Amino acid sequence: MDVFEKLKILTDAAKYDVACTSSGVNKKTPIGGIGSAAACGICHSFAADGRCISLLKVLMTNICAYDCKYCVNRHSNDTPRAAFTPRELADLTINFYRRNYIEGLFLSSGVLKSPDYTCEQMIETLRILREEYRFFGYIHAKAIPGADSALVSRLGMLADRMSVNIELPSQDSLKLLAPDKSKHSILAPMGYIQNRIQENSVDLVKYKHTPKFVPAGQSTQMIIGATPDTDLQILNLTEGLYKKYKLKRVFFSAYMPVIENSFLPTIDTEPPLWREHRLYQADWLLRFYGFAANELLDEQNQSFNPYVDPKCNWALHHLEFFPMDVNRAPYSDLLRVPGIGVNSAKRIVTARRMTTLNFESLKKLGVVLKRAQYFITCKGKKSESFKITEKAILHSLMSEKTRKEYQMKFSPREAIDQLSLFDMPFKVEPNLLMEDIVKCLQQQM
Amino acid sequence: MPTTTNVVYQYDGSFDGLLCCVFESYDKKEVPIDIVLPDATQMMLVPIKNIPTDLDKVRRVLASIPAKIGYSALDFVRRAFLTCFAQKELYILLFLRLGYRHGSSVMEMLSDDVVHTMVKAVRHLDRESHLFKGFIRFSIFNHILVTEIEPKNYVLPLLLQHFCERYPEERFLIYDKTHGMALVYQPYQSAIIPIDELQLPEPDLEEQKFRDLWQVFYDTIEIKGRHNPKCRMNLMPKRYWKYMTEFANMQKYPEKIAYTISRKIGVGSTKKKISCQSNDNLS
Repeated sequence: MDVFEKLKILTDAAKYDVACTSSGVNKKTPIGGIGSAAACGICHSFAADGRCISLLKVLMTNICAYDCKYCVNRHSNDTPRAAFTPRELADLTINFYRRNYIEGLFLSSGVLKSPDYTCEQMIETLRILREEYRFFGYIHAKAIPGADSALVSRLGMLADRMSVNIELPSQDSLKLLAPDKSKHSILAPMGYIQNRIQENSVDLVKYKHTPKFVPAGQSTQMIIGATPDTDLQILNLTEGLYKKYKLKRVFFSAYMPVIENSFLPTIDTEPPLWREHRLYQADWLLRFYGFAANELLDEQNQSFNPYVDPKCNWALHHLEFFPMDVNRAPYSDLLRVPGIGVNSAKRIVTARRMTTLNFESLKKLGVVLKRAQYFITCKGKKSESFKITEKAILHSLMSEKTRKEYQMKFSPREAIDQLSLFDMPFKVEPNLLMEDIVKCLQQQM
Repeated sequence: MPTTTNVVYQYDGSFDGLLCCVFESYDKKEVPIDIVLPDATQMMLVPIKNIPTDLDKVRRVLASIPAKIGYSALDFVRRAFLTCFAQKELYILLFLRLGYRHGSSVMEMLSDDVVHTMVKAVRHLDRESHLFKGFIRFSIFNHILVTEIEPKNYVLPLLLQHFCERYPEERFLIYDKTHGMALVYQPYQSAIIPIDELQLPEPDLEEQKFRDLWQVFYDTIEIKGRHNPKCRMNLMPKRYWKYMTEFANMQKYPEKIAYTISRKIGVGSTKKKISCQSNDNLS
């Protein structure tokens, strides 16, 4: 089998892995080496599905001893199998890297023979890259669950980032769909890596030249929509992972129906891309906006509002928090206003040192006034163009696409008549959203 | 601040020349309506004043910026000079005048019109240079890495450090077609030199092999069920595609193929897409 065919098979088998980031570490090449890494990460291309291509994402082999029901590489699937030799893969990586096609390598693998053997193959690839080619670019390696901890440790010394896939959001789902994996077998290596990173950071304080262990941290991913787990469960799990295992990222992947199985959604199910999107929005709120999982969802509301984003949803439920004076509110409060993001909040804090801000200047700072105007005041005043109409609110708080869907769902009669879309009152009002808007109207006026 | 005077400055197009305009503006207590390049045609009934570049004045202005406004402002102004913003010269002058008045806090006056305009232009430059760090595709001819780019802003000075740190042992050339300049590097020496034209030879077998491999990878990595050409175009605008290896085959029959492909996939129902995908997995 030539390298073209191998590349095709092993890329095809790896593409469902979400992570393709090259972020988290700044590195320069010493004399005689090749490659560098930037903490912000660099995207080298974007595939036709809009996902970033930063790393050469392939499997070492797609031969697998396990039989996870959701996975294309499962043992019982009749699919062509291939395996790279370590040298082949290292050559390919370095040649792609020299041409600036990629930022580095994302190496994962099916379990060939045993977890230990697979891990050794991966280590050999990374060793050739790091030691023979003196490659200092980015390497993301997947820990193989069940591999010996000495091997995981060796892999971690060679890689910049490691990840262990949590696969499914709960123990029950795992039992059902991935009978060979257990919560323990996944969390054990994650904990081990976390401990090693911790130890390493202590060593680095003591000895300047200690070799670094997984300097860009670890990440994980889970499949959304293959099992009945709720958004609340997933978000709580995510928060727990950030807190307990100090993960850099948790990725979500909307389940793509690849196989017919009675435990899985039917093959013509649409992938839950919207849900994935909402989860990512919430994930951002956890990591950069100082939100806690229990603020976004609770026992009464176990899933995200499909029509407004989680931050807006939170704001609509906490109107006592608003309106907020942008000239006085602390940074952490500014972050909670819909329409103000991390960048614009930072700019507001900087700019208001020199002058008192008005709505005109907020626009220059990148605040999305369309959304923010309902929640803020400048010098105690509301926006001049401030008009509360149903149309305006719907227009501003929902994205174009959701608005259409919303219309279709709750007033299909009007949706047909596109021109008078907003002129007529809604016949059926969804419990949450309209109520909130009315409440919003009363309080703000 | 003196009000705008009825005069247009003409400088030699260099950063030093622009600093002399700043000197002149303070010396004569005037603010020009515009600052133009030597080859600019006169379109107004405004007198054009030619500002010669005087190294002594350059030194004085250059020393005053970090002293009075700060190093970050100097860096900011240098970046602003690389942008493709049409009135960058005038705005740099206005910005520096603001800076001499307010000191280092001028960098915080984000809601000021002049500062805002400059920040926007510099952000555009930074973003473009960041994208090029990823979107540049080298071809290897005779052990030299060569590539062509067509940036809007003058990004070469910003790419220099990145690529020199990345390939310290290689020899490479990045040709900026828009500005007729090239960044050339050989181990531990780099320069940006003017180049009129760059003729690239046909790729050899080895080069062609890796180009093809990359295309195989690029086409395979897409999840067909999530096809989203609009998202791709947002993140990677089409003007970058011209020199990218993954679109090389599309170039032979430009637009047409791209169009029909997106039509075919765009129109087909989701069901169809998914069944295509599962076939792929089985075959």
